[in-house]
Amino acid sequence: MSCELSRTTVHGYIDGELDAVRAAEFEQHVESCAECRVSLEQLESLHRRLQRNQLYETASTRLRQQLRSNLPGGQDASARRWYVMPVFAAAIITAVFWLALSLVQTHTHSAQIAAELVDAHIRSLEPGHLTDVESTDQHTVKPWFDGKLDFIPPVADHSEQGFPLLGGRLDAADGRAVAALVYGRRKHLINLFAWPEKAASTGFSSSGSSRGYQWLMWHTGDMRFCLVSDTSASDLEQLRELIHP
Amino acid sequence: MLQPDERLRFEQLVLPHLDAAVNLGRWLLRNRADAEDVVQDAMLRAYRFFGSFRGGDARAWLLQILRNSCYSWLEKNRPLERMTEFDEQTHQRPTPDPESLAVESDEREQLTRALEALPARSREVLVLRELEGCSYKEIAEITGIPMGTVMSTLSRARERLQRELMGAAKEVSREL
Repeated sequence: MSCELSRTTVHGYIDGELDAVRAAEFEQHVESCAECRVSLEQLESLHRRLQRNQLYETASTRLRQQLRSNLPGGQDASARRWYVMPVFAAAIITAVFWLALSLVQTHTHSAQIAAELVDAHIRSLEPGHLTDVESTDQHTVKPWFDGKLDFIPPVADHSEQGFPLLGGRLDAADGRAVAALVYGRRKHLINLFAWPEKAASTGFSSSGSSRGYQWLMWHTGDMRFCLVSDTSASDLEQLRELIHP
Repeated sequence: MLQPDERLRFEQLVLPHLDAAVNLGRWLLRNRADAEDVVQDAMLRAYRFFGSFRGGDARAWLLQILRNSCYSWLEKNRPLERMTEFDEQTHQRPTPDPESLAVESDEREQLTRALEALPARSREVLVLRELEGCSYKEIAEITGIPMGTVMSTLSRARERLQRELMGAAKEVSREL
């Protein structure tokens, strides 16, 4: 690879967008070219500066409230619309709303937990906080949780599919201790949080982004899982497929 | 008007990306209060057009709508801005006074100013990648830039940002 090509390719490299062959070609070039190595380091440092300076702006509470009351078709508007309907229809609608409300609450609750987990993810990126047990071997990581938690999280390495297991640690969310497994994805880190939770709504899945980080949460059996990372949403979907095919 | 279950779907699929919309809007308009107004309108528009959403990436869908709203807003409210910023020669950053320079030594301020000095097209791609964490495919979908040129656009945007930051650092050291 030439320096001229490397000047553009370096961006695909730090963004995790190159295929394995091109990434290897780039790495090979950087090995032998000091100038391109410097520009790689400068871009990585720029990326870190943008990440740690909290440039991400979130919606104000005022905007959230305004939207809630301005979105048409909410409870108020519908109540007026259905006012003339017979009483039994109103009862059915009330039941539907209760169901809807509980679903919305489940998702609001998910979003709250996800916000906590994004914080946990950011904390884990500080030096020395990523893993308590550092190993790519699932048979080392899994027993490590023994006795530290009141449940055993499922631990598996997915190196072959491009998600190497890097280790694990204890973390906290939703007012309880949770297991955190760390996976690599090209140059990105992914935290998988897992903790037991009685299934209120089995099979539900929810995703979103907060402060530039993607999260993907789902529920299987009697455990809840959440992936958090700065990699793409499709990477998270792919990892979830590997964890729960 | 949407049926109750459609409203619920909207709340589940689209509303969670409200922060993403506010963030992109804030950086496109370089002003938070304006961004919240435009996001509010864009959200209501998205709600009206939700029937045309055929599944897929809800965040990209919402950000597409938001981005269009932002550009229309800019055209209407700050018509000069877009014409001038394409001409890099005449684009001169105002000389900051010593007081604001002191504040600018704060890294966050410095990055904010440098990002705001970028042309809108570069700024949005950079914000989508670095702050929003979008993949190249998602960036292409949101901005309409061909997938094949996202990397080179990012490359130019980052180089420009680095130059802006270097310029700011020089100004600070000259003052000191």
